[in-house]
This record gives sequence, structure tokens and C-alpha cells, in this order.
Amino acid sequence: MSVGAPRALASSGQKPITEILHPLSAAEEPLSATVGGDKQEVGLTNGTPVETSSPASTSSLFNRLQLDDDLEADVRDPYADSSETRDLFVTVDDPKKHVSTMETYITYRVSTKTSRVEFDLPEYCVRRRYQDFDWLRIKLEDSQPTHLIPPLPEKFVMKGVVDRFSEEFVETRMKALDKFLKRVADHPVLSFNPHLNAFLTAKDLNKRQGLALLSKVGESVKHVAGGYKLRARPAEFCAMGEYLDTFNQKLGTIDRIAQRILKEQSEYLTELREYGSVYSSWVGSEDELLRPLEGVAGCVTTSCGALEDLGENMSQDFLPVLREYVLYIESMKNVLRKRDQSQAEYEGRLEAAILRKQEDRTPVEVEKCQDKMECFNADLKADWERWQSNKRQDFKQLLTGMADRNINSYEKSQAAWESLITLLQDKQTEDKTSETN
Amino acid sequence: MMADSGSNEEVAVIGNTDITSTESESNIINTMVERETALLRKMEINVAEAEKRTGKNTVNMQETYTVYLIEIRPAETVPGVGAPAAPDTLWRRYSDFELLRTFLLVTYPYIIIPPLPEKRAEFQWHKLSADNLDPDFVERRRVGLENFLLRVASHPVLSNDKIFFFFLTEEKGWREAVLETGFQDKADSRLKSLSAMFRVKNPDKRFTAMKQYSDELNTVISQLLRVRARVADRLYGVYKVHGNYGRVFSEWSAIEKEMGDGLQSAGHHMDTYAASIDDILEEEEHYADQLKEYLFYTDAVRSVCKKHDLIQYELEMAAQDLVSKKQQREELATGTVRVFSLKGMTSKLFGTESQEQRESRLAALEQSIQEGEEALKEKNTECQEFVQMAWEDIERFKEQKDKDLREALISYAIMQISMCKKGIQVWSNAKECFNKM
Repeated sequence: MSVGAPRALASSGQKPITEILHPLSAAEEPLSATVGGDKQEVGLTNGTPVETSSPASTSSLFNRLQLDDDLEADVRDPYADSSETRDLFVTVDDPKKHVSTMETYITYRVSTKTSRVEFDLPEYCVRRRYQDFDWLRIKLEDSQPTHLIPPLPEKFVMKGVVDRFSEEFVETRMKALDKFLKRVADHPVLSFNPHLNAFLTAKDLNKRQGLALLSKVGESVKHVAGGYKLRARPAEFCAMGEYLDTFNQKLGTIDRIAQRILKEQSEYLTELREYGSVYSSWVGSEDELLRPLEGVAGCVTTSCGALEDLGENMSQDFLPVLREYVLYIESMKNVLRKRDQSQAEYEGRLEAAILRKQEDRTPVEVEKCQDKMECFNADLKADWERWQSNKRQDFKQLLTGMADRNINSYEKSQAAWESLITLLQDKQTEDKTSETN
Repeated sequence: MMADSGSNEEVAVIGNTDITSTESESNIINTMVERETALLRKMEINVAEAEKRTGKNTVNMQETYTVYLIEIRPAETVPGVGAPAAPDTLWRRYSDFELLRTFLLVTYPYIIIPPLPEKRAEFQWHKLSADNLDPDFVERRRVGLENFLLRVASHPVLSNDKIFFFFLTEEKGWREAVLETGFQDKADSRLKSLSAMFRVKNPDKRFTAMKQYSDELNTVISQLLRVRARVADRLYGVYKVHGNYGRVFSEWSAIEKEMGDGLQSAGHHMDTYAASIDDILEEEEHYADQLKEYLFYTDAVRSVCKKHDLIQYELEMAAQDLVSKKQQREELATGTVRVFSLKGMTSKLFGTESQEQRESRLAALEQSIQEGEEALKEKNTECQEFVQMAWEDIERFKEQKDKDLREALISYAIMQISMCKKGIQVWSNAKECFNKM
């Protein structure tokens, strides 16, 4: 089937890119993606644009086919730059409201396209609700305790304060869920987790409630059981903790500033609207000045529109990403704490073993603990690097986005005023020529 | 007689939007100057400087006040030939200008006298101080006073006034000269015309319409200035809050490795952005000043219309008086009482008067009627002359207002474009820095 095809292609050696088939077009129905083209066509056949949060573009899809070395390299070293070897694409979109007698809730379509062996089919399409994402996250945390799991958007919203079914809320949440899933799918280890597989493929996530409860209990038990005290945290992990604390603080400040700006802009907008309406009302008393006054009123209105869009964009795209990173930081700190515990446990057991004077060889449990700790340290360091790199890209995108939106807003306004001047100038030369005639 | 057809006027055509608003403002002044009066053909007028003085006032108390330097230069017949002559200068304070204006108001009640800049700052947004000694306020007042002098000097009637000429040329003896004209006597009657409530039976409809228009203009410009001040306040807030990004980006860059430089420089651009609003709003004050001039102009228009009402009323009173006297004569002559008069009633009750008495009364009445007819003729002429001269000036004013306000709106549009361009520049710079993160 199509699963084997890409490998066959790859082993045939390097081919010029135009000759290499789109790997996903190896499936029976041709995708609307054309070879070498359509970057947009990631993961969806219905044409809706997909927002990829990772900077790795879909053209890397083609890179992946050139050298089978890369493929194997990917399997060998889970931390090789996965942007060159992506073979799992996920998207969250198409929110729908479900009304039942018990409750009302939203589901999202989760689409998967993959060439991985671990998946039976190359494409999947399932519907999931927030609860299911939450389940997935918990399972991932439990089964991969040494890894950083990306955050989910806030779970609880105060009913009556926030409309859970408003278009904006659903849109924002969906984007965050999409980002979450993409980050998991991009992770060289997490993406192979069987729970993710189940999440992406199963028609029904069976017994998820029970499992969720169980795993929650399990989690808290783990936290209680870690009663060991940490001696000396290695410097690099200390540095990570300090960085996270400071970064968290700065993000909080930026969030406050952004909110303040939104507030000031909204108040400015209110006054600006009234300002425009005064010009409109002036029009009634004038003859010669009619056109300039109407023109000014029009430009002010255009500027108001541009400002409104800016505010909406900032509150829908900018603020949620900031908040998500705060959650990410919390996750990361959690992982650091677990690492500390793992080290503490190892040190504790080692000390106990020494006290019991087992000198001939270190007992197995102590060795196991040491292994566990060292694995944890390695995973954490690797995840940290990847997180830093992703963070850099995410913030670069976020901030350039903010700059772009502001530029856009000014450009709209400038265009309106410039066309007014042209209009008035034309009238002026018109008048001049009619006067001299 | 100045031809105001506009055919010999250079309309300031703005060919490119890079013209600054100060250039546009000087376009307004230029068009005034080019409307050549005999006075302006002879001399150039400037209010060059402002200085603080202290002295004793009329109640012998120390006070601080500002004086303004008026410079008169002979108008250059051949520009650029020879060194420019040293100007004749004298100092005047605001109260001198006020006295001049009051003189003009009283002496030319049929002319719309140009207004002075405001005595105390009104319609301020919070940053600008309302202090009369504030250097920015003094500077704007200096410009306003120069504007006033140029308006008078370019007026076809006012520019020929001797007192105005002395104001520009005689520092010492001017006040005495003004007071010697005895204009204060007329000042009382003018006040009467402004405040009195009287019903005019047949007002000239054009004046009624003009009065209504000037009231409307007054209302709308006041509103506009009020809202504009609030808009300025809000805009100030938006820009300044962005300065906080500068600080937080700087702090954040300290904990980053690769992102640090980009963040730091972007922060500087945010500081620049926040600082840019000061100049932007300062420039906008010029626009506000142009609007204010016309706001104050509406008072002058109103007082001309009111003067017309008074003269018309006096005319109607004189006509009515004559009619009633003639009726009295008729009654005396024919013996019929049509109009009630006390004398008539008492003579009916207490006996008719003698023939001599009647004849002497008739003679006195004839005299009175003759005087009345003279007075009516005079009043009629006065009224007609007033209407003619006033309406001519109103037409001139309307044309001037249309042109000036049009220029003001265009220069406002240019200011907005400039503000947009600056905003785009700063955000583009910031975006470049973000891209380097």
C-alpha cells in the first residue's frame, strides 16, 4: 500500500524534486496538492487553510524523500531536526456544536495525514472535544514523564462571564488545540506515543473517562510518594528554573501592557467615532466645504475601521499565544520538579544503600534509579533545546505579526487620507481653470 | 476697491503630500499677503518675538506680563537686491491689541473684525498647560497676533485706518491717540446693540440667515474642538503605553541568547514610537488654532448682524413714529379722534381747547413731522449704506472662510498622512529587529 511506497521511492536514490511524487499522493484519490506547488495543502482536502505553528514549511515534505539516510537518521536519533523528516501532519478545525439532553458541547475535526508504519491508514478524520484533548495530555504526561508536554488552552471558563459558544472563544480555543496537537506531532518521541495514535485514529475513545480518572489518581500518588530531598541541583537545571521564572514575569508584564494598549485604543476609538460624526453634522451648514468635510468624516471612519480590526486581531491572536506560553512555562517547571524528584530519589536510595553497607556492588534498584535520572536529564535537556528553538520561532512570528498588523492599520488610514487629498486637489485645479476661463 | 473675484489670487495647490503642515499654514498667510492692499504693498509685518516684563499696573501692583515685538519692514520691490533693511520695531502687549480691536469694532460696525487669539487657553487636552506664561502658549499666541495683524492689513477697508497704522508705527503716543478719537462713546451704543432684546419687523432675510449660519458654525466648531481635545488625550495614552514595551523588551533581552539583540533594538524603536506623539500633537495644535480663529470670527459675524438688527429697528421705530405723528396731525386738523391720546381725552372730558391752542399745537406737530421726515431719510440712508457695506464684507468673509477652512482641512489630512508614515516607519524598523531575533 501507500505506506510502503515512499520508502521504495526513497531507496531509488536522489531524484530531481519535480520528478518525485508527492508522498501523500501515493494514496488512491489524488490530493489537490500538485507536485512542487501548493504549500497550503497540508493535511486537508477541503481547501481550508491550515495554520502551521511550526516554522518548518511543508516543502520539507519533499526534502524528506531525497535521501533515505535522513529517514533512517530520524529513527536513530530522535532529536535530529525533524523539520527535514516530517511524516505526520495533523490539523484541528471545523468546530461544531452538539446539543444533547444532558449537555451542549463543541467538537472539532481532527485530520491526520501520515506515512508512518505505526498508522494503518494514510489519512484519518475524527471528531474530538476538549475533554478528549485533556485525556490525551494526561496520558502523555503519565507515559512520558521525562518529556515536556505542550500546554492546552484553559480548561475552565466561568459560565456567565465568558460565552463558551461565541465564535471568538471557539476560534481562539481551536487555534490553541491545533497548536497543541501540532507540537505533539512534531515531537520526535511524543509523536510515537500510542495514546496519540489512539486519539488520532479511534472512532470512539473508549473508557476514556475511567482511564482519565485513574490516571489522575495515579498522578497525585506519584507526587505524594516523592518524599526525597534534593541535595544539589546541577547548575544547568538551576539556570533553567531561573530563566523560566524571569521569562514568566516578563510575559506577564507584556500581557498587561498589551491589555492596557487594547483598552486605550478602544477608548481612543470611541472618541474618534464621535469626532467623525461632528464633521458629518457640520456638512449640513456648508456648501463649498461640503466635499472636504465629507471627505474628512470618511477618512476618520476608515481609520476607525482599521483600528477596530487591529484591536480584534491583537486580542484574538496575540494575547492567547502569550497566555499559552505562560502555561507552557508551568508545564516546563513541572517537568523540572519531576526531574528533581527523580534525582532526589536516586540520591536517597544511594545513601540508604551505602548506609546498609552494601559495598560489593550497587543494588539494582539504585542503578535503575540512576538510569532513570540520567534518562530524565538527557530527555529534559533535549526537550529544553527544542523548546527554546520553538519559543524563538513562535515569538519571532508573534512579534512580527504584531508589527505587521500595526503597519497594516496605518497603511489603510494613510491610503484614505491620500485619496482625499487627491480628490480635493483635483477639485482645486478644476476651480482654478474655471476661474481663469 | 479690492477686487475679490479671486482671479488674481494664487491658490495654494498642494502638489505633493510631503508638504509639511507649517508650510501649508504659511500658504494661508501667503494668500492673505497676496491679496494686496496699499498697506501691504508698502510694508511687511511680523510679530517676531515675545518677552516677559514686570512692571506696576494701574493699581500699583507688581505684575508679570508678556510683550510682543512688532517688526515693520519696507516691502521688497526687487527681491534679493541689496541687503534687507533693518526693521522698525516696537513692543506691544496683549491689552494693546485688545484696545485696537475694540476701536475697530466700534468704528467699523459693518465690518467683520478679525479676532484675536484667545486670552486664556481653552479646549486644552491634559498635557498642554493652561498657563498664560507657558512658552508653548506664548509662542502660539505670538503666531495668532501676527495672524491678526495680517488679517487687518489685508482687509480692503481696515487696512486704511490711521489708528491701525499708528499701532504699527507709534510706540509711545498710540494709546492717547486712540482715546482721543472718542470711540468709547460709540462703544456704549454698540454694547446696547449686542445685548438688547428687540423685535425687528422686517429684517433683511440675508442677515437673519447669516446670523443663523454663524450660530451653527459656532456650535459645530466648539464641539469639534472639544472632541478633538479628548481624541488627543486618548491618542497620547496609546502611544505612551507602548513605551513600556521598550523597558520590558530590554529586561527580557537580558535573559536571552540569540533573541537578545533583536529584542533590545526593537525595544528602542518602541521608545521612539512613544516619544513621537509629542511632536504629532504639537503640530495638530496649529489645526486647532485655525479652527479657533473661525470660532471667534463667528462672534464678529454675529455682532455685525446684530448691528443691522439695531439699525433696522431704529429705522422701523422712526417710520412708526412719523406715521403716528402724521395721524395726530390729521386728527387735530379734522377733529376726529382715531388714535387715543391723553390730551385728546382730557380735552374731551374737560372741554375743548381754544383755537390758538390748537393752532400752536399743530405748528409744533408740523415741525416735529418735518424733523421726523429728515430723521427717517437719514436713518434710511444709514440703513441702506450699512446693509450694502456689511453685506459686501460678509460676502468677502464667506469666500475667505471657505478657502481658509478648506486649506486647514487639507493641512489636517497632510498631518494625518505624516503621522501614518511615521508609524509605519517605526513599526517597520521594529519588525526588522524582530526578524533578527
